[in-house]
Amino acid sequence: MFRIVAEPIVPADLERVVRAGDGGVVTFLGIVRGRAHDGAAVRSLWYEAYEAMALAEFERIEAEARERFGDVRLAIVHRVGEVAVGEISVAVLAAAAHRAEAFLACRYAIDELKLRAAIWKQERYAAGGAAWSETHG
Amino acid sequence: MKIRVLAFARLRELLDGPDRILELAEGERVRDAWEALVRTQPALEEERASTRVARNGALVAFDVSLADGDELALLPPVGGG
Repeated sequence: MFRIVAEPIVPADLERVVRAGDGGVVTFLGIVRGRAHDGAAVRSLWYEAYEAMALAEFERIEAEARERFGDVRLAIVHRVGEVAVGEISVAVLAAAAHRAEAFLACRYAIDELKLRAAIWKQERYAAGGAAWSETHG
Repeated sequence: MKIRVLAFARLRELLDGPDRILELAEGERVRDAWEALVRTQPALEEERASTRVARNGALVAFDVSLADGDELALLPPVGGG
């Protein structure tokens, strides 16, 4: 289940990828922080995506997670548009027979998504102004 | 031939809009499309080193040929999550 959505993310929706036999399910939620790395007060984040490429990247990340960690299932939902402080910008769920593989796959998916998916983020500051940010390592 | 240009994030802002149609000669390449865009917005040239380009959803080099109806996307460094 891979989606780019303009509406608030409902984490429970990702659980539909869980199958009988999955004994470990790990969910990561990315939440918009009220402070930028330099301490500036953030009002909201603006996200935009090249949806076709972003979804194709999510699929590649899942295929790679299966090569690395075995029989795992991923669900990834990323929000676009304006996302207020405290709201979920991204949700990643990994399901596997055992917790170890589920933790590894979830960590792998969020790290790779931030580096590779065609998604962009702009910090909008409480004091006015905005800046595009990019992932560093 | 006509191609559709998509730009995202700061490149979208620089080009002042989400997409545009470019009129190119047959056989022209990604590089020619880029140069046509730079003629309309010279500040774009400074972004070249950090920009990746996708043709119909797949990353391509600047020397790849374009075809009528192609969708060319200009991608600045990503940063979702």
